[in-house]
Amino acid sequence: MKFLPLLMEIMQLLLLLAAAPLFAGWVKMVKCWSQGRTSPSLLQPYRDIAKLFSKDVVLAENASWIFRFTPYIVFGATLLAGGIIPILSVDLPLSATADVIALVALFAIARFFTALAGMDIGTAFGGMGSSREMTIASLAEPAMLMAVFTMSLASKSTSLSHIAQTISQSDIHMALRPSLAFAFLAFVMIAIAETGRIPVDNPETHLELTMIHEAMILEYSGRHLALIEWAGMMKLFLFMSLGAAAFFPWGIAGAGNMAAIPLALIYLIIKFTFAGVVLVLIETGLAKMRLFRVTEFLGAAFLLATLGMLAHFILE
Amino acid sequence: MDIQTTAQIINFLAAMVLLTAFGMLVQRRIYGLIHLFAWQGLFLSVSTAIVGYAAGRHHLYISSVLTLALKVILLPYILNALIHKLKIRKEIETVVNVPLTMLIGIALVIFSYSLTAPVREMSTLVTRSILAIALATVMIGLLMMITRRHAVTQIIGFLAMENGLFFAATSATYGMPLVVELGVAIDVLIAAFIFGIFFFHINTTFDSLDVEQMARLKEGE
Repeated sequence: MKFLPLLMEIMQLLLLLAAAPLFAGWVKMVKCWSQGRTSPSLLQPYRDIAKLFSKDVVLAENASWIFRFTPYIVFGATLLAGGIIPILSVDLPLSATADVIALVALFAIARFFTALAGMDIGTAFGGMGSSREMTIASLAEPAMLMAVFTMSLASKSTSLSHIAQTISQSDIHMALRPSLAFAFLAFVMIAIAETGRIPVDNPETHLELTMIHEAMILEYSGRHLALIEWAGMMKLFLFMSLGAAAFFPWGIAGAGNMAAIPLALIYLIIKFTFAGVVLVLIETGLAKMRLFRVTEFLGAAFLLATLGMLAHFILE
Repeated sequence: MDIQTTAQIINFLAAMVLLTAFGMLVQRRIYGLIHLFAWQGLFLSVSTAIVGYAAGRHHLYISSVLTLALKVILLPYILNALIHKLKIRKEIETVVNVPLTMLIGIALVIFSYSLTAPVREMSTLVTRSILAIALATVMIGLLMMITRRHAVTQIIGFLAMENGLFFAATSATYGMPLVVELGVAIDVLIAAFIFGIFFFHINTTFDSLDVEQMARLKEGE
């Protein structure tokens, strides 16, 4: 294997690990501003993670190996997903081995084990959270795959590197493609559901009855909780970079082009600053939905993704 | 503007017309429905103007302005005024199983696509591919009339169907002759007035615009 792509891969993973809490801090900061509150520092998520790592793990008496392994599996699967998505460069060795369908599967593994761990302890809230999470997942995943297939139809490949390359090299005709516009709308809705943001789930809730993701990880503490929280931030970061790679890939460095990396980094910062603001606008503009309305929300996402696919055949 | 860009813009607007049609299919609030209807009219009007420009048929400009005046401004205004006058306070309507309705809508789009595929092969017009969208819009309007219970929403479904027909005429043959189009426009306008009068009568007779109530018209009760 060549040295340069390997270096790129490692750089990207390090960037993911380092920048994910920063982005989470940025989203929180903008949210506080939009609500007229004083915001915590941008570095607060780092401090939270460091604090959790230094604390002891409290395990329930009846916790099995699933409960103890899950944080590492979730963290590992999320980190591996970061090796597939072209965040800075399309020149990734891992990208050749796994396409976007494998990416959806990686997220599914993480979710599956989180749901198992939620039920493992045997508390009522854990089981409830797992049940809700799987309900949402069973609706979000088909929609996600449909949106992904629409992207692959437009670029004739399921490899994310190839999709990013094709779209960034195309002209203005590509930008006006209705299929991609539909797929983008669907993707935004799915990303909100998958990363557990308002209106599907509220990441800041302290009310057990309204929790979805939080309910599953209520029993975690210490380094386990730190890993899960970190993985959650990375997931948000990854969904943003997946959207950037598939729909706004301008600026991502081409194959073998080491000199374009600093520019790619600047583009990335601009895109993520903007994405954070848009996410906050969505979150402050909408109220959390009733759980039974989520099926309609994700049904609409599925509809949009399917319409995108049909539009590709009908109009393009 | 070269022909490819124009075709792309027309296709994009067609996609937006289809999107608004689906939006109307699942929208619960009547005011939201009227807004969506106005947006659909706007997309229709702009796309008609662009088709007119691309094909050099200048009478399409008149159709476009007519659509703008009638379907974006006048009809939504009349509907809004009607709802205001009739004091429809309970503006949220139960829709029959939204996800199922959406799936039927998707099936209708696929059906329209396969139905118009031969026409698409034969045609040489710049608008040939949006015929399927136009037909799908007509069918979704029809589906909306079937699945809704409220008289006002049924009328909006009917008007959406008319939008689809107009779109089909533009895409298949670059629009109908101007006389026909003027006739249809006035027809729709008159229809809107008659509907308005009917609404008042239904409302005063049944105290509701729910068409289920009409079952009470049976004799011997």
